[in-house]
Amino acid sequence: MIGYNFAYLDEQTKRMIRRALLKAVAIPGHQVPFGSREMPLPYGWGTGGIQVTAAVLGRQDVLKVIDQGADDTTNAVSIRRFFARTAGVATTTHTAEATVIQTRHRIPEQALREDQIIVYQVPQPEPLSKLEPSRAETRRMHALAEYGPMHVKLYEDITRYGHIAISYDYPVMVNGRYLMSPSPIPAFDNPKLDMMPALQLFGAGREKRIYAIPPYTEVRSLDFDDHPFRATRAPHACGLCGATDSYLDEVVTDDRGGRLFVCSDTDHCETRRAAGHVGEQAMAAE
Amino acid sequence: MAYVAVKGGERAIDNAHAWLAETRRGDQAVAEIATDQISEQLGRAVDRVMSEGGLYDRDLAALAIKQAQGDLIEAAFLLRAYRTTLPRFGYSTPVDTGAMHIHRRVSAVFKDLPGGQILGPTYDYTHRLLDFALAAGAAPPAAPQAESGIAAMPRVSDLLDDEGLIEGDGADEGEPGDLTREPLAFPANRALRLQALARGDEGFLLAMGYSTQRGWGGTHPFVGEIRMGEVAVEITPPELGFAIDIGDITLTECQMVNQFAGSKTKPPQFTRGYGLAFGHSERKAMAMALVDRSLRAEELGEEATAPAQNVEFVLYHSDNIEGTGFVEHLKLPHYVDFQSELETIRRMRADAGRAEEMA
Repeated sequence: MIGYNFAYLDEQTKRMIRRALLKAVAIPGHQVPFGSREMPLPYGWGTGGIQVTAAVLGRQDVLKVIDQGADDTTNAVSIRRFFARTAGVATTTHTAEATVIQTRHRIPEQALREDQIIVYQVPQPEPLSKLEPSRAETRRMHALAEYGPMHVKLYEDITRYGHIAISYDYPVMVNGRYLMSPSPIPAFDNPKLDMMPALQLFGAGREKRIYAIPPYTEVRSLDFDDHPFRATRAPHACGLCGATDSYLDEVVTDDRGGRLFVCSDTDHCETRRAAGHVGEQAMAAE
Repeated sequence: MAYVAVKGGERAIDNAHAWLAETRRGDQAVAEIATDQISEQLGRAVDRVMSEGGLYDRDLAALAIKQAQGDLIEAAFLLRAYRTTLPRFGYSTPVDTGAMHIHRRVSAVFKDLPGGQILGPTYDYTHRLLDFALAAGAAPPAAPQAESGIAAMPRVSDLLDDEGLIEGDGADEGEPGDLTREPLAFPANRALRLQALARGDEGFLLAMGYSTQRGWGGTHPFVGEIRMGEVAVEITPPELGFAIDIGDITLTECQMVNQFAGSKTKPPQFTRGYGLAFGHSERKAMAMALVDRSLRAEELGEEATAPAQNVEFVLYHSDNIEGTGFVEHLKLPHYVDFQSELETIRRMRADAGRAEEMA
C-alpha cells in the first residue's frame, strides 16, 4: 500500500516486537511487556494479534484469519483484508495451506504442523486478573509462582458445583512454570495447546503483552487428581457434515426450540462435506 | 428454516461503509461542512481531540471530527492511529509557560497579582440561555481591544515558591519516558503519570477529580492559577547543540495549590497538582491537576484508599481509546465462548435436577 511499510508497521517497530517474541519464546508462558502501537483497528478487535502477525509475516507467507473458528465472520474478513491490503500476501481459508493463522477464540480442528505459526488475539493476558486486579501484584505472583489462589478458585468451583465451572479461557500451566491464559478459546481446545508442533504466539495489544508457547511444549490444563480436566462440547453431531468430534456452534432456527448444531470451524466442515460427509440436516434439506 | 453457513461478510462490510459515508454526509441539500469551519468554529472540540489524540494539529483534528461525524473519541482514535505512523524526531525542551502569550489568566488565591487577572474568552459568566440570534447567523460585534504591551505575568506558583511556601517544581530529568513507545510499568514516575493524564479522557478525569472533592481522597485544592495562551516550542537538535524555536502551540495550564500538613522531616508546605492540555481545555486541565495531586498520596505519606489515589486504577482506565475499544469489543461475536457457557450451565442445571430428585 502506498505510503505504508510492508504489513503496515515500520521496521523498527517490527524489530521491537520480534525482540519481545524471542524473549517470549525463550520463557514459555511468561508475559513480556511490549511497546504496543495504536493500530488503525480498535483495541479489542485484535490489535495484539495483528501486531504479532505483522512482525512475523513475510512476502511468501499464506495467511488465514479466523474468528470463532470461521473465516467469514466480519472481523476475520476485516483483518484478512487489512493484510491483503498492507502486505499483499496470499490469503486462504484452508488450514492446511496457511503458514500463518491468526485466530480469535478457536484453534482449528485440523492438527497444525511444524511449518505453521498460530497467532492468538488476547483480550486479557493475565490469568490471575479475576482474582487480583493489580498488575503489580500479579507480576509478583508469577515471579514467585504463587498460584495457590487459582487452585483455591477451582476447588471452590468443585465444592459448589461438583466440577470446575470454567468453560473458556481455562487456565493452563506452561512448561511446568508459568500460569497462562490460553485466550478465550473453549476448554475443548485446550488439549490442542499441549505438545503442538506449530509455534504459538499470543498478542494482547491493549494490555501491551506478548507471550508464546514454543513447539512441542508441555501445556497442562489445571485440574486435580480426583477431578481431572474434561473438555466438553455440545453432545451432538454436526448437522451439515456429521462430525461428532468437532466443536459445535448452536444456531437457533425458530422460536419453538429448534436448534441446529454445526461445526464452528467452517473450513473443517467444508472440507468434510467436500469429501462426501453429510450431516442429518443437510440430508433432510436435499 | 434451511440453514446456510453465514457468508457474505465482505459484502456486508462494503455496504455498511457505503451507508456510513452517506449518513455522514447527511441531506445533500444542506451545504457540506468544511474542515476549516470546524477548526474555526468548533475550536473546543478540536482542542479536546488534539489533547486526547496526542497530536497538535488543528487541521487533522478538524478532519478527524468531520470523518467521525463529531464523535470526539472516535476522532481522537483516528488522530492517534495516524500519529503512530509518524517518525519520532526528538523531544522538546520544557515549554516555558511563565513566558506564555496570555489569553486568559485567573488566580483564585490572590485578588490581584503582577500582570493582573485576565478573564479572556471564557464561558464562566455567560448565562446559559440558548442564543437564537446565533441560530439565525448574526455576526458578533467586534470585541474591544486592549492597549498592547501586556505586563509580565509570573506564575503564582513561582510567587509562592519565592517564599518557600510551596514545594519545588521538580527538576528536568532529561529525556522523558514515552508512553506511546514503552508500555506503562509500575511504579510510574510523575512525568509518566502526567503524560497518561494529558492523553486521558476528559470525562474520566472530571469524575475522578470530582470524587476527590466529595471525600474520596480529598486534597484541599485551591486554583493557584489557570493560564491559557501561546507558548513557543523549542527543540535542541544534537547537531546544533542549542535550542531552536519550531513553532507556537496554545496550551491551558492549571496549577492547583494543595494543603500539606508536613511530616517529621518536612515543615508544612503547599503541594502542587498540575494539569496541562492542548488548546483551551480548562475543565481537562483542572481535573487533571486534581487527579495528579491525589495520585501523589503515597509519595507524600498520605493514606491511599480512594480510587483517585490508586495509580494503577487511574492510569489503566483513563485512556478512552483503550476503554472504548474493550467495552465495544463485546459486540464482536462470542458464539464459541457462549456455547461453552451454555453447555456448562445446562450440565449444572441437570446436576441440580438430579440432586433434587434424589432428595
